[in-house]
Amino acid sequence: MKFTLSWLKDFIDTPATLSEITDKLTAIGLEVEGIDNPAETLKGFVVGHVVSATKHPDADKLQCLVVDTGKEKLNVVCGAPNARAGMKGVFAPVGSYIPGSDLTLKKGVIRGQESNGMMCSERELQLSEEHNGIIELPDTAATGSDAASALGLDDPVIEINLTPNRGDCAGIYGIARDLAAAGLGTLRPLSLPKLTPTFENPVKVSIADTKACPLFIGRYIRGVKNGPSPEWLQKRLKSVGQNPISALVDITNYLTIAMNRPLHVFDADKLKGNIHVRPAKAGETLAALNDKTYTLQDGMTAVCDDSGVLGLGGIIGGVPSSVSESTQNVYLEVALFDTTRTAMTGQKLQIDSDARYRFERGIDTAFAHDGAAIATQMILDICGGEVSDVAVAGVAPDASRTIAYAPERLKLLGGIELPEARQKAILAALGFEVAEAGKAWNVKTPSWRADVEGAADIVEEILRINGYDNIPAVTVRPAADEKLEPLSPLAKRGTIARRVLATRGLCETITWSFLDEASAELFGVNRRQNKAALTLTNPISVDLSVMRPSILPNLIAAAGRNTDRGIGNAALFEIGNCYWSVEAEGQVLTASGLRSGDARARHWSGAARRVDVYDAKADALAVLEACGVNTANIQISTDAPEWYHPGRSGALRLGPTVLAWFGEIHPAVLAAMKRDEAYAGFEIFLPSLPQAKKKGPQKELLRPSPFQPVSRDFAFILDETVEGDKLLRAIRGAEKKLISHAEIFDVYQGKGVEPGKKSVAVAVLLQPAEKTLTDEEITAVCQKIVEAVKAQTGGALRG
Amino acid sequence: MSNLEALKKEIVETVKAAGDIQSLEEVRVTALGKKGRVTDLMKTLGTLSPDERKEMGQALNRLKDEISAEIDARASILKAAAMNARLASEKIDVTLTPRPENKGSIHPISQTIEEMITIFADMGFSVAEGPEIEDDFHNFTALNFPPEHPARQMHDTFYLPDVAGKTGDAAKRLLRTHTSTVQVHVMQTQKPPIRVIIPGRTFRSDYDMTHTPMFHQMEGLLIDKAAHMGHLKGCLIEFCKRFFEVDDLPTRFRPSFFPFTEPSAEMDIGCSREKGELKIGAGSSWLEILGCGMVHPNVLKNCGIDPDEYQGFAFGMGIERVAMLKYGIPDLRTFFESDLRWLKHYGFGPLEQPNKALG
Repeated sequence: MKFTLSWLKDFIDTPATLSEITDKLTAIGLEVEGIDNPAETLKGFVVGHVVSATKHPDADKLQCLVVDTGKEKLNVVCGAPNARAGMKGVFAPVGSYIPGSDLTLKKGVIRGQESNGMMCSERELQLSEEHNGIIELPDTAATGSDAASALGLDDPVIEINLTPNRGDCAGIYGIARDLAAAGLGTLRPLSLPKLTPTFENPVKVSIADTKACPLFIGRYIRGVKNGPSPEWLQKRLKSVGQNPISALVDITNYLTIAMNRPLHVFDADKLKGNIHVRPAKAGETLAALNDKTYTLQDGMTAVCDDSGVLGLGGIIGGVPSSVSESTQNVYLEVALFDTTRTAMTGQKLQIDSDARYRFERGIDTAFAHDGAAIATQMILDICGGEVSDVAVAGVAPDASRTIAYAPERLKLLGGIELPEARQKAILAALGFEVAEAGKAWNVKTPSWRADVEGAADIVEEILRINGYDNIPAVTVRPAADEKLEPLSPLAKRGTIARRVLATRGLCETITWSFLDEASAELFGVNRRQNKAALTLTNPISVDLSVMRPSILPNLIAAAGRNTDRGIGNAALFEIGNCYWSVEAEGQVLTASGLRSGDARARHWSGAARRVDVYDAKADALAVLEACGVNTANIQISTDAPEWYHPGRSGALRLGPTVLAWFGEIHPAVLAAMKRDEAYAGFEIFLPSLPQAKKKGPQKELLRPSPFQPVSRDFAFILDETVEGDKLLRAIRGAEKKLISHAEIFDVYQGKGVEPGKKSVAVAVLLQPAEKTLTDEEITAVCQKIVEAVKAQTGGALRG
Repeated sequence: MSNLEALKKEIVETVKAAGDIQSLEEVRVTALGKKGRVTDLMKTLGTLSPDERKEMGQALNRLKDEISAEIDARASILKAAAMNARLASEKIDVTLTPRPENKGSIHPISQTIEEMITIFADMGFSVAEGPEIEDDFHNFTALNFPPEHPARQMHDTFYLPDVAGKTGDAAKRLLRTHTSTVQVHVMQTQKPPIRVIIPGRTFRSDYDMTHTPMFHQMEGLLIDKAAHMGHLKGCLIEFCKRFFEVDDLPTRFRPSFFPFTEPSAEMDIGCSREKGELKIGAGSSWLEILGCGMVHPNVLKNCGIDPDEYQGFAFGMGIERVAMLKYGIPDLRTFFESDLRWLKHYGFGPLEQPNKALG
């Protein structure tokens, strides 16, 4: 909402300065978004009187002027052809910044003649593109006075950001009322004209649905003369960015902006029969005033005559019935339209108009008749003519309500105590009527404040006029004994996973929660719920249209982009939701990471190594361990889903619960994503992790064994299909109390090992707890290990 | 005795001549070993008279000690030389780069969220979570957005297909446009007093210089029997001072409008803009930082809380925005581009965990 300072002052009598006014507007909730003050840019420029003008002795096109600046007479060299003695113009003294030339004036000598300043063109002041000569001011302009005011540019434009609840301030009068209530001046009452009808209104009005259009007032004015509106009106409209069109149209725009009273004028000679307001029928069309033709839908509010739709109620009028320069008889429409329907119709047809802006926020229902009278009088004053009586259909609904309000609510909810008299005064100034009813008050809201619904709104009204700054701040710090556990177990896991992965050298990223359909399909969007259920009905683009079933495709794409940019070997992770269904439990917080290219880059210290499944497995296990999962209990199965390499991937499980998938990405998936580096990744489903056992801060007592541990190496010949994990489990199970650790340190196939077999070397650590092991005991344990391996894997000691 | 002197001289010469530990050891064996020359002489003592034996014995022992000392001295010289030779042979180019290690980083949004949690936790707030795919009720209806109100459209909502078998609010699925949805879940399931903050992803269909279709918000909710606008101000002023690390940070509250709060406010913090550089703190300008207000009685009612008994405040802020302001990150869109140069530059080390003790 834009207005100028002088227009505001039409309605409020105030000695306040511009900055006092704008500060107050922001303080009462009418946030000032911008102030365009031409006087600010033209500060220092004055009206200069050219006392004499003589030809420059050494230049044909230059003149030497003597300019009276009001303070002194200065020599100025000037090249403008219209510069002449006796004229008045805009003088820029030395030191002025010339916005149109982007330079700061210096004292100069031009071809031997001293020049102390400049007479300016419109282009130099950025007023227009005119640069054929210098600005000529009327003789009445006082020499030495501010140029801005002589140019009529001393009217700052203020733009406020109007919140959707404050329809009443979509008119300048409403803004003036709020400022006056806030103590910034006195509201000037509107003068209401008395009109004398001279003939009977020939056009009657009717309404089919009074919910959509509760009131319609029509008035016939005949014998008008349309044409350009008077200069003051044009200037007002131009100052807020409106193009003057004709007197009749400008008057409606004036009422809209000044008094938040949108209205419409028809050329009465173009109307056929009476006016009826009714729901549109699907397929009816309107050639609207914005030069577009709209096809209406059922239920949109149409203002019609016998020929069909004339306009969309509350939104826009039509071309065929519009006024023109030759209009002689005019029909004025002043109506009320339903806020919701106006908004819906406006949205559906995508029409943004000044009328819609106001009707969808709600206008003052009690101001229809007065608004009609003011508009009619303006038409008579400017265009002449005589008026009929008004045709009225419907009644203005009573928009005011009575709210029970106890003055102590201000302290209880608003946190500030104000005397009852002060509270009452604020409410009265805003147009509320206060009736005391015992301890509580009955507060009647004004017709223009439909947004005020309850006691909390009354508190806000008093607080905002008194100033939010005056509410004392109070701490909310809890009492010292208050127990505090800020993070849920799930959130804690996310935080731990984040720190662990970053420590392990992965960079955290955040990618979109939606991706393209092809990627979604590659990563199992259809595994649990049909893709259609997870596809946005109004995506921002096809690339961002399906809720991601996995974070990996985004990480692969991101790593790929970095690689293409020359930053290879990306290691990335993200902690965020995967979406397996639209229900809450189908939105799974996942910690997913990806390493690409080389795990160990080319380096003098050793050969490069490509990332592989074990990198992903190590990352996943590190997160699980940090989240309190006993990794010794984890089982590994080889049934990771189809986007992993089937022979180089796995699932980490606790019984039937899958905690994570890990592995190298399936080559076909990478090919589909047009990547050819190595990729290994993991997905950890944080909600599936077991709840860490709640213990006190105390740790379990450490009982280090005082006895020497013994290490023994074994090499077994196994079928190549026997998994290492199975071998280790067999070994550990052979003598649980003694075997504290078993680790595979070599896997060999080739010369000396029969095809289909492999040799696996294991280091086993025996840790006695009660006494040092004897040679016989060690031999016995070794024997047990060999037997267990044979029984469980079919393997034998390598000969 | 002169024989012994001659022997000593001879042996000491061979000791001095030993060029390395190995030959020195040979000298030692030759002289003092089981069959060494000194040992051989010791063996002859038995053939001597007691007096001669005593005298010869003492002399031989002395000789043995002297030779041992000579050998030890020679040994330490040789060892030092051997060590020097080894060190010289082991010299390598220490200017070569060490074995490469990957350095990980934490995204500025995560870091900012953790910083916020640290500050609000200190004021008694805990973290709540809720779904990102929501229904119409939690995103709009419960929060006092009237049906078909323009404000619903102002949110540029992303929709998913209606859920089969459900009707009305419960059938309509959308991506939450604000974290305020979780306020509703919390109030429906917890009894006041309530103090929660809700960081999380939010979605609106808008993509330009200053909007991304996905972004993050931090929501806060405090409900008890007495919380008022003064508490709201106290809570948020303290937060902003600590978050931006400016003790004398100017703040101001302006009346505003949100369907779910009444009274409503927006909070600004002071800043200065000089030579194109924005600085948070005392200055001539204001920066809008968050929206807040007293929870609307209709919202309490919609969530099953008696507005005649309980009241409180809520607030919400854009996490990207405050992160950009605090850390001087210029472009919103870069947050989601996964550019490693950006992640490493604007990201945080894994050990830079927000911590009250470290500030």
